[in-house]
Amino acid sequence: MTLNWFKFASPASFYPIAGRLIPVFWILTLLLLAIGLYWGFFETASKLGGSNPQKEYYRIIFIHVPSAWMSMWLYIVLVGWAAIGLVFNTRLSFMMANAVAPTGAIFTFLALWTGAFWGRPSWGTYWDWDPRLTSELVLFFLYIGYIALHSAIDDTRRADRASALLAIVGLIMVPVIFWSINCPDPNQCAALHQRSNLTRIDGNILFSMLTMTLAFWMYGFAATFMRLRSIILTREAENTWVQELLNARRQA
Amino acid sequence: MLRVFWCILSRDLTLAMRRRTDVLTTLFFFVIVVSLFPLGVGTESKALQIIGPGVVWVAALLASMLALERLFAADYEDGTLEQMLLTAQPLSLLVLAKVTAHWILTGLPLVLIAPLVGMQFQLTDNAIIIMMLALLVGTPILSLIGAIGAALTLGLRGGGILLSLLILPLYIPILVYGSGAVEVSRIALADTQPYFALLGAFLLVALIFAPVASSAALKISLE
Repeated sequence: MTLNWFKFASPASFYPIAGRLIPVFWILTLLLLAIGLYWGFFETASKLGGSNPQKEYYRIIFIHVPSAWMSMWLYIVLVGWAAIGLVFNTRLSFMMANAVAPTGAIFTFLALWTGAFWGRPSWGTYWDWDPRLTSELVLFFLYIGYIALHSAIDDTRRADRASALLAIVGLIMVPVIFWSINCPDPNQCAALHQRSNLTRIDGNILFSMLTMTLAFWMYGFAATFMRLRSIILTREAENTWVQELLNARRQA
Repeated sequence: MLRVFWCILSRDLTLAMRRRTDVLTTLFFFVIVVSLFPLGVGTESKALQIIGPGVVWVAALLASMLALERLFAADYEDGTLEQMLLTAQPLSLLVLAKVTAHWILTGLPLVLIAPLVGMQFQLTDNAIIIMMLALLVGTPILSLIGAIGAALTLGLRGGGILLSLLILPLYIPILVYGSGAVEVSRIALADTQPYFALLGAFLLVALIFAPVASSAALKISLE
C-alpha cells in the first residue's frame, strides 16, 4: 500500500487528525512529566559534584537542559517546515512553521530564565556573557524576529514566504554566530559553561533529564497542534468545510 | 553582464549625488552617536580607549542599518524595481550592483571618517589604521546581509524598526571580530591577522550568497 503524504498536506484533512492527536500528546506529556519530576526529586542524589558540591538547586537541570535542547530542536523543525513550504508550496507547512515558533520562543525564554536562577547560586551571577548564554539569547532574538516579521505583513502568502526565508537565513547564520561568540579571540578560546558530557552523568539524573526532555517534546507537539488548529480555522474561515464544521457544531 | 552591473551602479550613484543630504545624514548620524559616548561614559582616556572600538563598531552597525531602508524603497515606490525583476538579466547581479552603490555611499564614508572618531577615543595610530582596515572589510558585509532584511521588509508599515529586529542579531559575528581586531591591536606584539582572515572569509561567503538570498526575498515581496 502506498501512502499519499500529500493527502495530509491539506489543512482540511489534517485538522481532524490533529484534533485526535492532541489528547494523546497531552496524556503522554503529563505521564512523562510525572515520571521525570518524581525521579528528579526523589530518586537522585541531593548533592552533585565532588569537592565543592552543588546542593538541591542543581535540580534546575531537569527543566533547564530539556528546554535548552527543545529550543534548538524546535528552531530546526521550524526551518524544516519553512523550507518544505518554500519548495513544495504547501500551505500546511507554513502553518506548521508558524505554529511551532511561539513554543520554541517560550522554551528559549525558559532556558534563559532557569539558567539565570541556576547561575546565581553556582556561579554567583544571574548573567554572564558566556558563549552558550549569549547564543541562546541570539536564538531568542531569531524567534522574535520570525514572529515579528510574520505578524507585520498583512498578506498571508507573502508573510509565510518572507518569514520562511528569514528563518532559513537565520539557521545558516546560527553556527557562525555561535562560533563567533564562543571564540571572540581567534588566538585563544575559553568558556564558563562546562563541556557537556552525557556519558559521565549519573544514571538517575540522566534518566529523569531525558524523561523530562521527552515530556517537553510531547508538550511541544500538543501545543503546536492546538495552535495549528486555530491557525487553520482562521485562515480557512471562508472555505466550505469550515462552514460545515460550524453548522455541525451548532446543531450538536 | 558586467555592463548591467556598471549601469545600475552609476545610476544609483548619480541619483544619490543629486540628493547629497541622504549620504551626509548617515555620516553625521555615525559621528554624533560616537560623540555621545564620551559625554555619557566620562572622558577619562583609559576608559575611552577600552570602549572605543566597540562603540565605533556599534555606531557603524546602526548607521548602515538606518541607511538600509532606502536601499530598495525609492525604486519600489516608483515601480523601477518591478521592471528590474522583469529584465532578462540575473536579479542577483542587479542586487549586487545596488548593494555596492549603497556601500560606496554609506560604508565607505564611515571608513574614511574613522580616524577622526578614533582620535576622539584617544586610540593609537596603529589602532586607528587597524580600525580603518577592519571597517573596510566589515562594512560591505553589513550592506550585503542588510540587503536581505531590506528586501524582506519592503513597503511594510514600521519597516525600519522591524528591520533592526531582523538584521542586528545577524550582525553579531562582524561586530565581534571587527571590534576584536581593534581591541587586540592595542596590545603590543598581538596578532590581528586571524581577525582579518575571518572577516575576509565572511565577506567572500556573503558576496556569494547574500545577493541570491536578497533577490529571492525581493521576488517574495513583489509577488
